Amino acid sequence: MSALLSNAILASLFLFSLAMVLTLVRLFKGPSAQDRVLALDYLYILAMLMMLALGIRYASDTYFEAALLIALFGFVGSFALAKFLLRGEVIE
Amino acid sequence: MKRLFPAPWLSLALWALWLVLNLSISPGNLLLGAILGFLAPLMMAPLRPLPVRIRRPGVIIRLFFLVGRDVILSNLHVAWGILTCGTRPPRSRFVKIPLDLRDANGLAVLSMITSVTPGTVWSELALDRSILLLHVFDLDDDAQFIEHFKQAYERPLMEIFE
Amino acid sequence: MINVSELPLWVEVLVAILLLLSSLFALLGAIGLLRMKDFFQRMHPPALASTLGAWCVALASIIYFSTLKSGPVLHGWLIPILLSITVPVTTLLLARTSLFRKRMAGEDVPAEVSSRRTESGS
Repeated sequence: MSALLSNAILASLFLFSLAMVLTLVRLFKGPSAQDRVLALDYLYILAMLMMLALGIRYASDTYFEAALLIALFGFVGSFALAKFLLRGEVIE
Repeated sequence: MKRLFPAPWLSLALWALWLVLNLSISPGNLLLGAILGFLAPLMMAPLRPLPVRIRRPGVIIRLFFLVGRDVILSNLHVAWGILTCGTRPPRSRFVKIPLDLRDANGLAVLSMITSVTPGTVWSELALDRSILLLHVFDLDDDAQFIEHFKQAYERPLMEIFE
Repeated sequence: MINVSELPLWVEVLVAILLLLSSLFALLGAIGLLRMKDFFQRMHPPALASTLGAWCVALASIIYFSTLKSGPVLHGWLIPILLSITVPVTTLLLARTSLFRKRMAGEDVPAEVSSRRTESGS
């Protein structure tokens, strides 16, 4: 891997982490509960994109499976939280 | 044939999904994927509320590319709106759209399109499916937006599903 | 299967541009999430990362692994497909939740679009 690509990957990983920090600020600040759920959902998406970038960095397929798992758990988690906010109960 | 394969396209898609996930076309994986594609729709058939009838494949392809283009354009639009929101706050508001589309599957696809496109969020649908409440990120003219929405998305979906 | 050090230059440049583009869009989404004033405005910026951001990363990973393995490696596309199915469900539910809670709190949001009469009729 040339210096060009590895530096570009480093830069994009840095930008992803910066985005995560900003989202964390919203997560802690978020005036309402649904703001926090939205921020958490965005954190999951960012983590998933980061996994794909890491997969390219280490030229490995395994990170793809991690990304799929993060996407699925993120979906289930935010769905359950949003459902909880709607009615106050997860199971009806 | 109809009883064995209640949803042939779903079976085919599941088969392809299995092969892509495993990244191989060895005989074993071909067989396992085929079993999955055969069994999953059969077991899900009792859950299925409405049969999907699709007409006009050409319209589907055109709609697909139209949505792709619109997603990219509205991405740039929303990105620009975020960058300039300090000097010029985005004109966000709710829009009520009268709907003609009644088919449940068509409405599901419509809600997917609006939620995937940045700049529009599907907020509420009236119980009789006649009015849709949409939140739009940056909006010039209500009437023009409603006209574009109905022409670009609702009309092709009505052609496909009704 | 070719070695990581012998990738053609155009592939490296393309993958680098796509990755940077995707991370820029993700960052913009986070900035928007932080800067917007109203909850419903804040629902829009995350869509940047889940559409164009995810598409760019998926395209980069497809191009990179397909050149590396000298054959089509298409599983990157599953991520955008999965996202385009799951993200609408979450956004839809969050929007409804927020409308419901804001109405309960008596804030300035549109009233329910379905009238009482149709509700009891259906």
